[in-house]
Amino acid sequence: MGMTISQKILAVHAGRDHVEAGELINCQLDVILGNDVTAPVAISEFDRLGYPQVIDRDKIVLVPDHFTPNKDIKSAEQAKILRDFARKHKLSNYFEIGQMGIEHCLLPEQGLVAPGDLIIGADSHTCTYGALGAFATGVGSTDMAAAMATGEAWFKVPEAIKFVYYGKLPEYVGGKDLILHTIGDIGVDGARYMSMEFTGEAIDSLSIDNRFTMANMAIEAGGKNGIIAPDDITQGYVQGRVKRPFNIYKSDEDARYYDVREYDVSRLEPVVAFPHLPENTRFVSEAADVKIDQVVIGSCTNGRIEDLKTAAAILKGRKVHPELRVIIFPGTQQIYLEALRLGYIETFIEAGAIVSTPTCGPCLGGHMGILAKGERALATTNRNFVGRMGHPESEVYLSSPAVAAASAVKGRITPPWAV
Amino acid sequence: MKLSGKVHKFGADIDTDAIIPARYLNTFDPDELAQHCMEDADPLFPSRVEAGDIIVADKNFGCGSSREHAPIAIKGAGVSCVIARSFARIFYRNSINIGLPILECDAVIDAVQEGDELEVDLETGVIINKRSNEQFQAIPFPEFMQAIITRGGLINYVKAKDSNA
Repeated sequence: MGMTISQKILAVHAGRDHVEAGELINCQLDVILGNDVTAPVAISEFDRLGYPQVIDRDKIVLVPDHFTPNKDIKSAEQAKILRDFARKHKLSNYFEIGQMGIEHCLLPEQGLVAPGDLIIGADSHTCTYGALGAFATGVGSTDMAAAMATGEAWFKVPEAIKFVYYGKLPEYVGGKDLILHTIGDIGVDGARYMSMEFTGEAIDSLSIDNRFTMANMAIEAGGKNGIIAPDDITQGYVQGRVKRPFNIYKSDEDARYYDVREYDVSRLEPVVAFPHLPENTRFVSEAADVKIDQVVIGSCTNGRIEDLKTAAAILKGRKVHPELRVIIFPGTQQIYLEALRLGYIETFIEAGAIVSTPTCGPCLGGHMGILAKGERALATTNRNFVGRMGHPESEVYLSSPAVAAASAVKGRITPPWAV
Repeated sequence: MKLSGKVHKFGADIDTDAIIPARYLNTFDPDELAQHCMEDADPLFPSRVEAGDIIVADKNFGCGSSREHAPIAIKGAGVSCVIARSFARIFYRNSINIGLPILECDAVIDAVQEGDELEVDLETGVIINKRSNEQFQAIPFPEFMQAIITRGGLINYVKAKDSNA
């Protein structure tokens, strides 16, 4: 029996020729990631383990991105734990303010994650790197601590669901709409413990930024990882970035899938997820007249240059609705700079939006755009749980940058073609 | 290991933002996190929960973020065990790793009421409702995970493994 791409990557890292779904295996890791919320716990646990040093100072990546620039004294203390640990262990990949970005935009950009890698991160959206054909999954702080000491982690070999997207994508429909539509179809636990393998002609022609968006939200369907087999688009992206050798894997023809689901994308519209679960999806034309107080464009889901380009194209020469606040946060310093050079930042500011330094802040209700009681936000982020962006009685709607930008102009949820 | 405690019932898809909202993630002190445990799902939970109590929830408990603060908050609040129809995988893994007992059991979810007294045998997976004397069978842990739980978490497990090597 053949293996899926995810099973192959796990097998290789366990030193095995073959693995079966359901097996418990121990694997060697390529990258171990943590942030200013999860790494302080991991560092405390690592110290409790009593190892004098980390297993490999090149494999550990620390990015203070959640509550930075430090939002209060406690957050400053947490960020300092990362900084001190990185200096003590001479970590190669610690990213201070000025170099940092939102971790899942930053690591691929810096060439730190490669096709065929096995990556764990103490952040649930670590699954983003599956867009490059890596096996990447979120874990907790204790797993991160043990991995920093041993370089290993245990895994249960997952089954997989294959998603086949055929047809040509209509205008204004992209990766965010595909993944929201998929979550709407299978539910927030529809891929629980499983690999989500994204395939088909619509994926073959999908840009790398849109692929990151799709893999990023695999966790929102309960997935263990989301993955896209590497192709020329992947190669074009990693070339010049990734400085170490890597391997390309593909699923076997006779790989076994728990389920195969097909979608004709030519029939899709932009998708909006209503409160309070990402599975509560509707097409944008069925979402009209939801008045909103805040629009947020950015995050590890949609904070890349193509996302900003889409938003800028719609906001160019237009004004943000007077009863609405718009916060745009580029994913990394490099994306910020590129957006500046391309004139997008000027467009945003002229339209009446604010542009923030890269941070996870608004997405998780940390800082930089908290909602008051009864307020509604439309965000290009990934979660719309109760209280996600602020007061427990506030609401979050999820969409693509195109819908978010159009809605920013109209003050209510609006299709991109209606501005 | 046998546990017993009073039931607090929750619905489906209880996410980690409901278990411990991100606004409190600037600390990882268990006592401080416990004061806000389940706050956005039930604001009165932190004041009502007593040592040994058991959370019983529907499907996909702990979905969302990888924050280990979620099981830490639950454990810190004195909860002895979480029983759910199913768990999100990162939460499941984190609970094992920090030594918070969790069990998957379908039948018990609809059969218990808020405030029922449950007795749970972690080795066998047998759950007894002391009010109704009904008995339920949860899926017991694989041996490997049982060993982590018994040692109080992954760190102690790795330490013990190292000292045996």
